[in-house]
Amino acid sequence: MNIRHDPDDASPDGGEPLRHVRKPLPHDSARRHVQGAADYIDDVREPQGTLQVAIGMSPKARGTIRGLDLAAVRAHPGVVRVLTAADIPGANDVSPAMGDDPMFATDRVSFHGQALFAVLAETRDAARRAAAKAVVEIAEERPSVTVEDALAREEAVLPDYGFGRGEVEPALVGAPHRLEGSLRIGGQEHFYLEGQAALATPGEEGDVHVLSSTQHPTEVQHVIARVLGLPDAFVTCEVRRMGGGFGGKESQATQWAAIAALGAHLTKRPCKVRLDRDDDFALTGKRHDFRCDWRVGFDGEGAIAGFAVTHNARCGYSADLSQGVVDRTMFHTDNSYYFPAVRIDTRRLLTNTVSNTAFRGFGGPQGMLMIEHVMDRIAWATGRDPLDVRYANLYRPGRDVTPYGQTVEETDTLRAIVETLERTSGYRTRRAAIAAFNGRSKTLKKGISLTPVKFGISFTLMHLNQAGALVHVYQDGSVHLNHGGTEMGQGLYQKIAQVVAEEFGIAIERVRITATSTGKVPNTAPTAASSGTDLNGMAARIAAGKIKARMAARAAARFGVAAEEVTFRDDRVFAGNESLPFGELAKDCVLHRVHLSEAGFYKTPTISWDRAAAKGRPFLYFAFGAACSEVLVDTLTGEYKVTRVDILHDVGRSINPAIDIGQIEGGFVQGMGWLTTEELVYDAETGRLRTHAPSTYKIPVASDVPEDFRVALFPNANREETIYRSKAVGEPPIMLANSVFCALADAVHALDPGKPVPLDAPATPEAVLRACQALRGRPLPERAIG
Amino acid sequence: MSETTTGAGAPAREPVRAPARDSARDDASPGVPPAAHPVRLTVNGEAHDLAVDPRATLLDTLRERLRLTGAKKGCEHGSCGACTVLVDGRRVVSCLALAVACDGREVTTIEGLAAGGRLHPLQQAFLDADAFQCGYCTPGQIMSGVGLMAEGRARDDASLRDELSGNLCRCGAYPNILAALRRTTGIEPAPDATRGDDRLRAAAGVDEIARDARDGAGQGGA
Ligand code: FES
Ligand code: FES
Repeated sequence: MNIRHDPDDASPDGGEPLRHVRKPLPHDSARRHVQGAADYIDDVREPQGTLQVAIGMSPKARGTIRGLDLAAVRAHPGVVRVLTAADIPGANDVSPAMGDDPMFATDRVSFHGQALFAVLAETRDAARRAAAKAVVEIAEERPSVTVEDALAREEAVLPDYGFGRGEVEPALVGAPHRLEGSLRIGGQEHFYLEGQAALATPGEEGDVHVLSSTQHPTEVQHVIARVLGLPDAFVTCEVRRMGGGFGGKESQATQWAAIAALGAHLTKRPCKVRLDRDDDFALTGKRHDFRCDWRVGFDGEGAIAGFAVTHNARCGYSADLSQGVVDRTMFHTDNSYYFPAVRIDTRRLLTNTVSNTAFRGFGGPQGMLMIEHVMDRIAWATGRDPLDVRYANLYRPGRDVTPYGQTVEETDTLRAIVETLERTSGYRTRRAAIAAFNGRSKTLKKGISLTPVKFGISFTLMHLNQAGALVHVYQDGSVHLNHGGTEMGQGLYQKIAQVVAEEFGIAIERVRITATSTGKVPNTAPTAASSGTDLNGMAARIAAGKIKARMAARAAARFGVAAEEVTFRDDRVFAGNESLPFGELAKDCVLHRVHLSEAGFYKTPTISWDRAAAKGRPFLYFAFGAACSEVLVDTLTGEYKVTRVDILHDVGRSINPAIDIGQIEGGFVQGMGWLTTEELVYDAETGRLRTHAPSTYKIPVASDVPEDFRVALFPNANREETIYRSKAVGEPPIMLANSVFCALADAVHALDPGKPVPLDAPATPEAVLRACQALRGRPLPERAIG
Repeated sequence: MSETTTGAGAPAREPVRAPARDSARDDASPGVPPAAHPVRLTVNGEAHDLAVDPRATLLDTLRERLRLTGAKKGCEHGSCGACTVLVDGRRVVSCLALAVACDGREVTTIEGLAAGGRLHPLQQAFLDADAFQCGYCTPGQIMSGVGLMAEGRARDDASLRDELSGNLCRCGAYPNILAALRRTTGIEPAPDATRGDDRLRAAAGVDEIARDARDGAGQGGA
């Protein structure tokens, strides 16, 4: 690579190739992980006298609490204290914003398993045994469990919201062809392998320090302060790493940390909460499930003239993050396709189920799956290849404005990715071979699908697009790095360390990565919206850059050169003909009273969003990708295999290609789980979640990964001035798995090309069998639970 | 009407073999621990004489009594594999094994795998192949891999996929986990030194596609 022609690949001081950035360096804790030496909260040695916490949960999904008798709980050996709402000195409110999530339910219960009280005991065993002894009296009401229940009761957690462009009804009526339908999309349990955990330690005068497995330490801090009735400054929240987050620890790690903090506050003893896996399933929210009611008008080529949809989202019992999540569904209803006239409406429905929350993709995947399904429906109706219908609607110059008014500037990237993948995956040849196979094979059918991804990067809640970092250079030249982002396996810590080492021109081993703490960087956004590297990388570079400028000035003074002539590389600092080791300059700076610490701050430029007017540019840029999946279906049993997957994905210019490819593969696998085997089943009568452990809820395992799995990065550079021209990678790969769902539908469609395939998500083998039988004209009876 | 909460017991669970959990739901149980049993556990070559609650799992004993926290709790149901250790050289989900049942036996945990400061070849392969993200499943994956190799069950890629399917990885690092196993077992040669390890190969893939995108621009599509 010729660096003179590519300034993005030059070192910060210019002229030198990059030393750390763009390198496939391993994860920051790699050596510790393979030795079991990376500590998660449950691995941290507990301070002496730590109390263990168990949660008392509601046995009913909806009703009025008539009585809560905790005498037997308190009398249980080993129990030190029982916490109820009456013990809360501040507000009984652990919600992120809306005030509708109590720490402990008081007069009403709103979902099965809702927290009513907590037991603090000397041992976990005693706490759990004691919690089971509560006597609860509830005047029970029939719960709303499904979207239909909520629609019938007209109960919502937030007002309806919609936006659109142009005259949709005339466009629908005037189109040569029209279709309408309804797609159901299931939720998804995060199943972070490390469950929710927190350890709170009391300090002086009401101070509390909490280790929390959270993506949002700032919110944990603020909510604990709110619950305890203390100023924020009394509370410190820290997290070194999480064993997975995926959005499930964005708002919903807070309650457990706050319960631990309340216990510590009242007993003056450390308190630890670690949710049992089944309780974690019952107590924490999931990906929103949807019923999407859509209508489309199109021409003979499949080009859409008008499109209207109402997204009915099951939000659970409270608002939580549903405003942002369902808004993002709206922002991604177009995926990569242009609608001349469009109307997108949403209903944020209240059900007596756990409050649905952020999950990697944050509502985007549901909007995108729905429109991919519509593409297939159009293809089936017109007889065109589904890929050609997608091409007919793909954003292109002149047809590049989204339903919310932002222009898609990189239509060339989108098209190049889809066309390149079409070619490298051999889509057309394989399509022909599959048609021939399906003609010969009566029971086994193959399917193939190629679907694009366009995902908007930025928080749509504008104030979250900010970040801080704290960098110290010590007098031996070692560097302390801290920032507001959290590490949950996505490799953020390592990427930021690469940026800082590059800035100082030093070996990465000199950079000491430290745990995220509200005491070091305040008022941070959650690590979410794929924005961790974009935001924190910039903040860290700004901090390092300022220290470097002061060090350069010192070197310039010492050697009598201009500060611009001082460069940092190979762990040395060069000034004219002189040079000295980085550590020596650091020492020299201390002796000459040069400040070697800096807090960097960054806010995303150019974005805006006026929700009331539905206008603006909510995203700084889009990340793109495409996937082509092939499946083999046994149409007599519904069983299937994903036989080959090709992915081409855009991460801009990668800061760390190994980490990025891991995110793409892992995101795809997780998305595939959502759309295939992961099914949440609530009891329609009681609202109880029936799938609450790995024995009943199946996430992908090694044998589910496609045998032939080809992943490549698309060569691209972010046109926005992001950190080293990279693009965000956390969430977009989830939606590459839409191709698996569409390929399964394609295979079933081969049974009777005259009919649409009635397949909802997740396409479990059972659902696929139902679709097969429906196409054969022998539908299976309805299932009793939903 | 009145009834007990589902706290600490959650609804209708599958039967599990660890009595500690079953009796946690047993209202008749007095909650007073039964008398401790003496056991001798040899863990990573070191003998420990302990008095344990007969209901204590091997996992809790390792983590809480011996401070070996490498084995993780993912489910405590025997269905995620995060707690996998070796007992007399065979894979065991330590959340379902009772400490008393391991009396006199040899237990190997992730902490005992490296010898003389050198990583076990599978640990090294996990490093080289970037076979983790959050790392929470990693100790279990590695112990499972070491166990299945010792049991002679690593015959080909298909057998690895089957044998490893009891070890969940929610981050979906399976492609690299399988690559690490294939290389350590010789099913696949170690990556060519001139091309570098997996991570470098990933970067090389970028160039191939770059060429293809350049050469083929505008050829595909409708
Ligand atoms: S914790 Fe033992 S198998 Fe999950
Ligand atoms: S690396 Fe996160 S669960 Fe496997």
